[in-house]
Amino acid sequence: MQLTGAQALVRSLEQQGVDVVFGLPGGAILPAYDPLLSSSLRHILVRHEQGAGHAAEAYAWATGRVGVCIATSGPGATNLVTALADAYMDSVPIVAITGQVPSPMIGSDAFQEADITGITLPVTKHNELVTDVERVPAAIAEAFHIASTGRPGPVLVDIPKDILQASMTWGSWPPVMDLPGYRVPGPPDGAAIRAAARLLHQARRPVLYVGGGVIKSDSHADLRRLAEVARAPVTTTLMARGAFPDAHPLALGMPGMHGCYTAVAALQEADLVVALGARFDDRVTGRLADFAPRAKIVHADIDPAEIGKNRAPDVPIVGDLKVTLAELADCMTALVTSEGAPDTDAWTATIGDWKRQFPLRYSQDSDGPLKPQHVVERLSALTGGDAIVVAGVGQHQMHAAQHFSFTKPRSWINSGGLGTMGFAVPAAMGAQVGRPGELVVAIDGDGCFQMTAQELATCAIEKLPIKVLIMNNGFLGMVRQWQELFYDERYSYVELGTAIPDYVKLAEAYGCVGLRCERADEVDAVLDKALAVTDVPTVVDFRVHDREGVFPMVPAGRPNDEIVLGPEFSAQEQQAAARREMTAR
Amino acid sequence: MSTHTLSVLVENKPGVLAHVAGLFSRRAFNISSLAVGPTQDERVSRMTIVVDGASTPVEQVSKQLDKLVRVLKVVELEEDSAVERELALIKVRADPAARGQLLEVAGVFRANVVDLSPTTLVLEAVSSPAKLDALLAMLEDYGICELVRTGRIGLARGSTVITDEDAGGAGSAALAQIAVDPAA
Repeated sequence: MQLTGAQALVRSLEQQGVDVVFGLPGGAILPAYDPLLSSSLRHILVRHEQGAGHAAEAYAWATGRVGVCIATSGPGATNLVTALADAYMDSVPIVAITGQVPSPMIGSDAFQEADITGITLPVTKHNELVTDVERVPAAIAEAFHIASTGRPGPVLVDIPKDILQASMTWGSWPPVMDLPGYRVPGPPDGAAIRAAARLLHQARRPVLYVGGGVIKSDSHADLRRLAEVARAPVTTTLMARGAFPDAHPLALGMPGMHGCYTAVAALQEADLVVALGARFDDRVTGRLADFAPRAKIVHADIDPAEIGKNRAPDVPIVGDLKVTLAELADCMTALVTSEGAPDTDAWTATIGDWKRQFPLRYSQDSDGPLKPQHVVERLSALTGGDAIVVAGVGQHQMHAAQHFSFTKPRSWINSGGLGTMGFAVPAAMGAQVGRPGELVVAIDGDGCFQMTAQELATCAIEKLPIKVLIMNNGFLGMVRQWQELFYDERYSYVELGTAIPDYVKLAEAYGCVGLRCERADEVDAVLDKALAVTDVPTVVDFRVHDREGVFPMVPAGRPNDEIVLGPEFSAQEQQAAARREMTAR
Repeated sequence: MSTHTLSVLVENKPGVLAHVAGLFSRRAFNISSLAVGPTQDERVSRMTIVVDGASTPVEQVSKQLDKLVRVLKVVELEEDSAVERELALIKVRADPAARGQLLEVAGVFRANVVDLSPTTLVLEAVSSPAKLDALLAMLEDYGICELVRTGRIGLARGSTVITDEDAGGAGSAALAQIAVDPAA
């Protein structure tokens, strides 16, 4: 069968099982948009290509499938770069398809020409400029294979206009992939798993340090089995919120710069840290040399290059975490059956003391300024954790990660590694497309919101009833907090103002429901109202206290032992926290 | 300087060099030298990359290279179990008075004179990195006008060949032609 390159592209996407693509057409990609019109693929027309990229990412976060975005050459393609870099940092499987100027014009500085494979080389798992129309199906199949296997990541396929217009012979699907240098790590080494189980059985102060890999590999059930049989507390990183239920007695909460005191302290005092699909990121470790100084390390990851990159492990385990965790849980169960349960009672008792003494703390006066933590906690309570929570980047993101009580995986979507402001609105869109009928709530900041708010138009037209809760403090809040703490309260160019734009009117202009909430006692009623809307997006302007900070906090580059509890704790409490009294030493 | 030599088999496709060079740049790895050329299999090129072990974590380099889709195999060549060579062309100031001494030095290092002018000569030297450094040190006193080096290349000694032994599937097929057992 003879097809054009464009028809082959669309057909390949259909064969690949893609149901939705996010994109925006333009000159060089136009040939591909023609067959798209008569395709089974749903196309969501975004207002900015960055929105298409983040939507594709969140679709992947929410569904576990590969997200797809399409843009034209030049500026269309460069507008995807932020989303690609974001997906690369957070190992999110997306495929980006870009049009390119016709092959004979490449290199001539043609209209809307950009070397997008060159530009995205450091922020993609792989990319390719297709130079032969016969290769279109294989290039697409390879892109999906590379994006979704091993450590997932973004792949870009750049197709010149003349290749899209050329004629090719459609063969059978799937096409033969030509990837001799691409290897997905095989099953984990059984001896390493037995060694890890042995260490875990011997440990008196173990911590399971859980990263995004647990969610990506869908291994949360085996994680829970392992934690319970090993009686080992679990800390879930920003990338892994929801991998382990926060209400579970063994849950420590989030570690790191704005982690719970208990999680940070437990890692510092642990005699064994089992890292599962985590990468010892600086936001978790604080000053690396001082991280978990008493702990042996088991490090399980599918990416061999993560092993030993930041911290040398005692037991490295390379392979699919789903297999690793299942076997580790089995192995541990066998050990417990034959030799008895590990003795972690003193450790869990210590952890219980820390949780009681040094919880996440904020104060909400009934007639005082509204606190963002209160909004998050009320959302958590009103939904029972049954929501997909999306966040931008900054204070609101940390408050959401800290105070929402997550109950299940794939219910938390954010920009972790890259820290991309403006992520939330388009990401909520992508999550809602991937999981229609479920409640998707973006907790956003006023700074973030204004970077990508135009996708509200897309959501309204597509009838995607996302909720966007703006924690409007009139500042770039996290920057303001750093200027307060580290720059002598010199607030340099950080105030946005709360009133411009009028977010309620803006929402209404975009065909959304707009609400405002200024008092703590109104929060429940406003949230109820927002949650009741099912046909269009809802934006809520929460006027929150502009002085509220995010605590606890480990100052950047400092050891985790220097964790600051914040203004809600007395000097005596801070001293007690620093002494870290333990019954388990 | 403790250098490490990595022998890297890559697919002979457009953009491969950019992927490898981009990796070094992005991860802030330092390359001392890089030599690329075809192999006996036209689908495969070999890169010999020399990295400075003091400033660059060699294991990370190797693992990150291995993750590149177009990279087939990464092997570190150990100094005592590999032959390593580099070619240099050296234009040296050579007044008639100094010419005799220079030819003597060239002879000791088995360097050939490939061009001669009234005031200069060009030496062609092929040798191990250490020997080449020694030659250059000797020539310094006479005045080196211009120098070009190819970068180091190397092969493991003995019958060992770099193959794709730990990979299954398509990788083995592509490399079957170079995985020749010399004993067979």
